[in-house]
Amino acid sequence: MSTTDPAQTDLGFTDPDPRRSGPLERIPSIALPIVSVLLAFAVGGILIAFQGVNPLRAYGVLFGTALGSVDGLERVMEKSTPLILTGLAVTIGLRAGLFNIGAQGQLLVGAVGAAWAGYSFTLPAIIHLPFAIVFGMMCGAAWGAIAGALRAYRSVSEVITTIMLNSIAIALVDYLASRPFKEPDQPLSRTPPIAESAALPYLGPFPSGFLLAILVAVFFGWFLIRTTEGFRFNTVGMNPSAARYAGIPVKGTILLAMGVSGALAGMGGAVETLGITGRFEPAFNAGLGFDGITIALLARANPLATIPAALLVGTLRSGAASLQFQTGIEPQVVDVILAITLLFVAAPIVARLLFRGRSIKQTRVTSGWGS
Amino acid sequence: MSPKWAYSLTVVIATAILIFFFIDEIRTVSVLSFSLRYAVPLILAAMVGIMCERSGVINIGIEGQMLMSAFGGFFGAAITGNLIAGTMIGVGTGLIMGAFLATGAVTWKMDQIIAGTIINILATGLTSFFYAQGFRLPGVTPTVRVPLLAEIPLIGPVFFNNGLFTYAAIISALLLWVLLFKTVWGLRTRSVGEKPSAADTSGIGVERLRFLNVTLAGGLAGLAGAYLSLEAAGTFERGFTAGRGFTALAIMIFGAWNPIGALAAALFFGLTQGVASQLQADEVVAIPPQFINMLPYVMTIVLLAIVSGRIKPPAAVGKPYEKD
Repeated sequence: MSTTDPAQTDLGFTDPDPRRSGPLERIPSIALPIVSVLLAFAVGGILIAFQGVNPLRAYGVLFGTALGSVDGLERVMEKSTPLILTGLAVTIGLRAGLFNIGAQGQLLVGAVGAAWAGYSFTLPAIIHLPFAIVFGMMCGAAWGAIAGALRAYRSVSEVITTIMLNSIAIALVDYLASRPFKEPDQPLSRTPPIAESAALPYLGPFPSGFLLAILVAVFFGWFLIRTTEGFRFNTVGMNPSAARYAGIPVKGTILLAMGVSGALAGMGGAVETLGITGRFEPAFNAGLGFDGITIALLARANPLATIPAALLVGTLRSGAASLQFQTGIEPQVVDVILAITLLFVAAPIVARLLFRGRSIKQTRVTSGWGS
Repeated sequence: MSPKWAYSLTVVIATAILIFFFIDEIRTVSVLSFSLRYAVPLILAAMVGIMCERSGVINIGIEGQMLMSAFGGFFGAAITGNLIAGTMIGVGTGLIMGAFLATGAVTWKMDQIIAGTIINILATGLTSFFYAQGFRLPGVTPTVRVPLLAEIPLIGPVFFNNGLFTYAAIISALLLWVLLFKTVWGLRTRSVGEKPSAADTSGIGVERLRFLNVTLAGGLAGLAGAYLSLEAAGTFERGFTAGRGFTALAIMIFGAWNPIGALAAALFFGLTQGVASQLQADEVVAIPPQFINMLPYVMTIVLLAIVSGRIKPPAAVGKPYEKD
């Protein structure tokens, strides 16, 4: 990243320029993601209509199964849990000026790490469960820190390395699940089931992993605004040269931010393993990390806003299966809807309509190939 | 990579290939042919990256552009029953995807990495949604044997007995080098990527040229995608570009944003993959297959860590041009 260019990570997104907006004009900045989502549903509806199904019926099925019953709501919460965490992972990166496309890989190593910690030990639950979660987080943190160290000390763009580390993680967890961590005497490549003492329980009607993810989101909302370290993340993200002049250790902050980002994604994997799947299989967890990118951008890199964004994505994901079952629509329609949402949020198409006549600031994550 | 380093490496590799050729001719030729086939989409995709970045635009969406074109090429050929039509539909899809990136990154001045990421996510979604089973290609792409040249030992069977896309990839690299460094277009493109304000002052339409180049580069991505589905695999599967578009960006960097350098880097990349696969097939080494699959990605990271900081990207890459 060049040091002469100020304000590279401009988290104004496609908001109206705050210097020119009065207090009342803050409302449209919430309108942008909402309008974008609605428009994306409209486009998705056209695709569904092309397949010969009434879009309203399809969306009725999608949301009806997801939100219409206690079982459905539990599934939405379960689906949203890792999404909140991967959304936070991408958010923390964005705040520090890093585009972490590698949440998927960090989540995978976290999931397999938590599975290993979950089945290898016999411990009291009060120790075992936190240990398994923290171990998964550490695996994710290590995976993220590889990209962080390369970016901080070798100026290698984290965009390429995190993508490569995703592919490496896929091969690595496949190897682990088929050789050293494989359940003995079973034909399938998967780990043994985790011990009862490492499983995330339900607390009343809520999956405890979901509550944990919300706590983490609230913590990071506070962390970014109220702590020195959070201030450093923001400063390094917004203006690395100013951060350097202010005496902030820029390289160390980049490494730490990628480590924290990886730990959050790893936690997403750990919670998925310990709360939902109960073991690790290479086919699990597909796409959770990539949804994190959509969620973080939809939430405009605001930790608290990742909760509703993840709930939306989680609702779509959990309704997609019954959509196929009841209407024959391919569940991948959800991917299309999410991609179009992302397009509308990030491109100035919707923003121009909403904020006509006002100057628009664009999202900036990265400038050039970190040299 | 410094030229000296690259030359010594080339000499070492060439010597090793010659020694192996005298020991086991058939196997050496088969490894080299595999390596070249592996390198073809990487060469084409790296040219996409070079065209875009030399004009000052990061294209992280090559992967998605290739995926869409592979999809368009395959179903185009299967439905029309014509491989040439399929190829043209693939290239056309690439051009549209190129124009899409150009609109976001140049016209709208979006963050270029976000614009590319949207292309990737959109391509994954659209190609999996519209994916349908039961389609088949009308035939196989022909292998063309270049007369006389194909008779040369070693070089002939490897380089001059290939499908048309393979020739297209090598020619596109050589041609892009000539265009970039020996023509007016090339000079203008490089100036727009290095110092757009100076280019603007001298009367070059910065945004127009960037838009044109990014769109045309999309056509090359279309060729790469069509190669994958029509020649290499003969089919289309969900997500089957498998990260080649990103590896190509690394190859572009090793090649120092130079088409010939990237061609060499892609061939080197293919060679390591070819040797690793052969070692595994011969059971010389008992490497688990997952580690063979990891190899190109690990190599990308290691090589990037080695060369980064020693080669400079085009100065204005990643920055939308704002008139002062």
